[in-house]
Amino acid sequence: MKKNIYFFILFLAIIIIFILLYKAIYQSNSYIPSLSTNNKINNFSANSLFSDNKIDIKDLSKLEKITIINIWASWCAPCRNEHKYLMKLRQHPNINLIGLNYKDDPSKAKKFIENFGNPFSKILKDPKGIISIDIGAYGVPETYIVDNKLNIIKKFIGELTSNNYEEIVNIANK
Amino acid sequence: MKLKKLLIIFSIFMFQSVSFANNNSLLIEKITKNLRCLICQGQSVYDSQSDFANSVKILVNKKLEEGNSEKEIYEYLINKYGQWVVYDPEISKKTLFLWLFPVILFVFGGLLIMRKVFIK
Repeated sequence: MKKNIYFFILFLAIIIIFILLYKAIYQSNSYIPSLSTNNKINNFSANSLFSDNKIDIKDLSKLEKITIINIWASWCAPCRNEHKYLMKLRQHPNINLIGLNYKDDPSKAKKFIENFGNPFSKILKDPKGIISIDIGAYGVPETYIVDNKLNIIKKFIGELTSNNYEEIVNIANK
Repeated sequence: MKLKKLLIIFSIFMFQSVSFANNNSLLIEKITKNLRCLICQGQSVYDSQSDFANSVKILVNKKLEEGNSEKEIYEYLINKYGQWVVYDPEISKKTLFLWLFPVILFVFGGLLIMRKVFIK
């Protein structure tokens, strides 16, 4: 009788471990940054791409509009693809678009803007990528919607899609 | 005589700064080895040459120069990226099972062995 109980417990343990491992196989083990870990952007100052003046992000986001911070680089192909959506967002009266130029050659960044148009009200430089880390980004492109106190309302990792574009417009219209 | 004194003072400062730089680079190495590169997830920040990892290395150096401690740097990065960014997770509600399970297994296994030995 006692032996039977031991056998049953062992059998149950094996089944539970099997189910756990089987489930784990199908679980994505790649990291997906969540908004809950970091929900506010600290104020930072950076040099402007065109004028080279030092600018505080909190001064740029003081307006009663929503601010979109887009991290981009001229060497990043997905940034080219999403550029058309940024150009359209520029037209929206409630949106203030700020570009953060990530680890880029300033002359190439300027050329990119010349070729594809400038959707940003200001472009700040992040030559070492430290500001992007401070924001909580992990690559380019990334887009952050923040309110006038720099609280993150929404973030988009990777290239913006047409669905993302509509979502941003909906947030701006509220 | 004055020149000699000056030379001694100068050399003391030189050695001090060199030893400080060495300490710092050792600490940077230690910290970045305990940080996970979020782009190349099988590698530590120390091993990786990705843009993300290189920026984190620069940031760790900057934070140390600003006088932050190792613990403060981990806390800063955990605040930005979550527990996942460190290889050595802290004990929390989410990681309690991870820490306790080996101990439970060890105690359970030990008890089984002891029983076998004493029954014999």
